Amino acid sequence: MQIQPVLSALRRHRLATLLIALEIALACAVLCNACFLIANRVGLMHVDSGVDERSLATISLTGYDDAKSTDLNARVTSGLRAIPGVQSVSVINQVPFGEHAGTAGITLDSAGKQFGGVVDFYVAGPESFKALGLQVVEGRAPSSDEYQPLQQFVPSNANVLVTRTLADHLWPGVDALGKEFWCDKFHFRVVGVVANLAKAEGSEGGPSTIQWSVFTPAQPGPNLSGRYLLRADPSQLWRVLRDARAAIATVAPDAVVDQLQSQTITDLRERHFRQDRVMAGMLIGVIVALLLVTALGIVGLASFWVAQRRRQIGIRRAIGATRGDILHYFQIENFLIVTFGIVLGMVLAYALNLLLMTQYELPRLPLYYLPIGALILWGLGQLAVLGPAMRAAAVPPVVATRSV
Amino acid sequence: MFAYYLDLALRSLKRNKVLTTLMILALALGIGATITTLTVLRLLSGDPLPQKSAQLFYPQIDPNPKDGYVAGETKPAPTMTYPDAMNLLHARRATRQAAIVLSQAKVMPLQANSHPFFSDTVMTTADFFAMFDAPFQFGGGWNANDDEGAAQEVVIASFLNDKLFGGTNSVGKVIRINDHDFRITGVLKPWAPQPRFYSQDLGGRSYGDGDAVFLPLKSGRAIKMGPGDIECYAAVSDMDHLEAAPCMWVGVWVELGDAASIASFKEYLANYAKQQVSLSRFQRSETSLLDLMGWLRDQQVVPDDVRLQAGLAFGFLLICVVNTVGLLLAKCLRRSREIGVRRALGATRSAIFAQFMVEAAIVGMAGGVLGLVFAELGLLGIRHQPAEYASLAHLDLAMFLFTFVVALVASLIAGILPAWRACVLAPAPQLKAA
Repeated sequence: MQIQPVLSALRRHRLATLLIALEIALACAVLCNACFLIANRVGLMHVDSGVDERSLATISLTGYDDAKSTDLNARVTSGLRAIPGVQSVSVINQVPFGEHAGTAGITLDSAGKQFGGVVDFYVAGPESFKALGLQVVEGRAPSSDEYQPLQQFVPSNANVLVTRTLADHLWPGVDALGKEFWCDKFHFRVVGVVANLAKAEGSEGGPSTIQWSVFTPAQPGPNLSGRYLLRADPSQLWRVLRDARAAIATVAPDAVVDQLQSQTITDLRERHFRQDRVMAGMLIGVIVALLLVTALGIVGLASFWVAQRRRQIGIRRAIGATRGDILHYFQIENFLIVTFGIVLGMVLAYALNLLLMTQYELPRLPLYYLPIGALILWGLGQLAVLGPAMRAAAVPPVVATRSV
Repeated sequence: MFAYYLDLALRSLKRNKVLTTLMILALALGIGATITTLTVLRLLSGDPLPQKSAQLFYPQIDPNPKDGYVAGETKPAPTMTYPDAMNLLHARRATRQAAIVLSQAKVMPLQANSHPFFSDTVMTTADFFAMFDAPFQFGGGWNANDDEGAAQEVVIASFLNDKLFGGTNSVGKVIRINDHDFRITGVLKPWAPQPRFYSQDLGGRSYGDGDAVFLPLKSGRAIKMGPGDIECYAAVSDMDHLEAAPCMWVGVWVELGDAASIASFKEYLANYAKQQVSLSRFQRSETSLLDLMGWLRDQQVVPDDVRLQAGLAFGFLLICVVNTVGLLLAKCLRRSREIGVRRALGATRSAIFAQFMVEAAIVGMAGGVLGLVFAELGLLGIRHQPAEYASLAHLDLAMFLFTFVVALVASLIAGILPAWRACVLAPAPQLKAA
C-alpha cells in the first residue's frame, strides 16, 4: 500500500483533515497533562508515613484546663491502658495525617543565619517510638533517659532522630549522626536516622519536603498533653478505639473529644487524601469523555468520507483492488491524520504544561508521557475508523457500473 | 423565511439520525462539564455582601523586619499586631471599623448529662454587625463601652440558639463559654456569607456553615481564648500575652462611604506607617487598602482544584466544538447537490448561510437542553464531594440561562465554517454532476 495516493486524496479535503487533526491535537494536549496530574495525585496519595498505620489510632482531647494537664495525662493513659487489647498508650503531639502541632523552621547554626527548612517536630513520650514502629536505618532509637521534661513545645536541648530525606537535605553526602541544628534557641543533636516519618499535614513546601520530620523524645506534661497514641492488633483496633472514646467520658469528663481527630491512622489518611482521590476520579472521567468525543468525531467524519467515495471505492474494486486494500486505505488515511494531530498535540501538551506550571505547583511534564499519549491516540483512531473502513471494504465492485 | 429554514434544518437533521445524535451528545457533554464547573467557580468567587462590598476595605500595614524586603514588590502583612489594630480602631477614621480574631469556644449546654462541644467563634468589636449587615432575629449587638469594659456578653447564631434553646428568644439568658458565664444580647438570623471574607488568613474556613459565637475581643482574650492563626516576626517566649508580643493575629475591616473618605483613609494609613517607621517600631512603610473583592482575589480564596477543573472543562468544550465543526461540515458537504439546486432556483448566498446557521443553532439548543441535564448530574456529584462548599452547589436561574447562551454561541461558532463552505459552493458543477 502506498502512502502517496492517500496523501493526495487528503490534500483535496484539507479542511476536514485539519479539523480532525486539530481535535486530535487538543485531545493529545489535555490527555498528556491530565494523565500527568493524575500520576501526581496518586503519587501524593501513596506517600509512606513511616509508621505502622494499620495498628495505630489516636485520641485527641481539647477544652481541659491547662493547669490540670499532668493529671489528665495520668488519668487518660491509665484509663486507656485498662482497655482489653491495647498494646501501648503514649502521649504524642501529632500523628501522620492528623492536625499538625509542631511545625517550625530550623537553622544549621545557633545564630539562626543558615536556614535549614520548615520541619515537623514529632514530640512524643516514652513507648511512642516503639509504638509508631519507626524503622531506624542509622544510629539508634532514643534511650529511656532521653525523654526529658518540656518547658516549651520542644525540649531546650534534645537528642533527636531525623528522617533519611531530611538528613540528606540538611547534610548532603555527610554522615548525619552527631550533627546539630537549632530552632530559635532550642538545640538538637541527631542520634539516629529513621527511614520515613511523613509530616502531619503533608507538604506545604512542595512534595519533596513531605518527609521532613524530627522525632523528639520528651516527657508528657503541660506542654505535651491531650493527644494519645494507641497501639493494638489491627483486627481489634477499631473496637479499641470505640472503647477508648467511651472510656474518656468516665476518666476525663472535663475534656472534649475531638471527634474528627480521634480516629485510626488509616481513617485519618483516608480523609486526608479524599479531595485528591475525588480530583483523580474527575480527571479520569474527563479523559474518558474526551476520548469518547474524539472517537465519535472520527467515526462521523470517516463515515461521511466512505459514503462520499462509494463510487470511487466501487471503481477501485472493479479494477482489481481487494477488500483488504480498501480497508488498509482508510486505516492508513486515519493513521496519517492522527500522526499529524499528535505532532501538533505534543507542542500543545508542552505549552499547556508550561501554563499549568505557572498556575500550580507542578513539575515539568516528563517526556515519556508524549509517546504514551501518541500510542493511545493512534489506537483510538484505528479503533474508531475500523467500523467505517469495514463498511467501505464491503462496497461491491458493481457500484462502479451504476450511475449515482 | 425563518420558519422555512427551521423546517429544512429539521428535515436535514432527521435524515441522518446517528450523526445528529453524535453531534448533540458531544456538544452536550462539553456544555454540561463547563456549566458544572462554572457554577462552582461562580459560587466560590462570588460577592459575599453584594450590597455592601464596595464600601468595605481591609487595611494592611507591615511590622515585619527589613530582611527580604524589596521596595515596591513586597506585599504588606495579611494581619496586624494587637497594638496596631487598636490604634486604627481608636482613631475612628472610618464610618465603621472592627477588629476580628477567630477562635474556638467550648460551649457547655445547660441540660444535665450533656457534653461540651466546640463552636466556631468570632472575637470582634461592636461595629461588626452593622458593618457587615448581619441580621438579628432577637436582640442586638453590644456597644463600644462593652468592648472596652470586656463585658461578658455574646451574640449567638440561630443554629446555636436552636441547639441550646430550641429556637426561642434567648436574649438575656446565660450560656457557659470556656467555663465562664456570658449573657446573650442578640441572636442572629441564619447568616453565612460565602466566601467568608472576614476569616481569610485568620485561621478560619472560607466556605460552609457560619460562625456560631460572637463576643467582644477583650472579653474573649480575658478568658484566654487564643487566635486561630498567629504570625510572629521576632522570637517570642511568652505566648500568653499576645497583646504585647511581636505577633500578628488581628484582622481589621473598615467601612468607607465615598471616594473622598477612601482617599483620606489611605493617606491616614500611609502616615501611620511612616510614623511607626520614624518611631522605629516598623522597618517597612508599605500599606494596602484593598476592597472586599480585591482582598478575596489577593487571598486566592478559590481553591486551585476548582480553577483547574474549570480550565479542563473549557478545554473539553473546545474539543467538542471542533468535533461539531467537523461533523457539520461533513453533513453540509454531503448536501452539495441540494445546495446547488437551491442556488440555481434563486436562493442567495446569505439565504444558504442563514439556513445552515439555523441548523447549527438547533443542534446547539438541543445540546443545551441535554447539557443542562448533564450539568445537574455534575452538580449532584459535586454535592457529594468532601469539600466545604459542596452543599452550596446548585444551578441558579442565571446559570440556567447562561447554559443556553453557551450552547448557542458554541454551536454558532461551530456552524460558521460549514455554513460559509456551503454558501460559497458554485452551483453549476453540483448540478452538472447530477
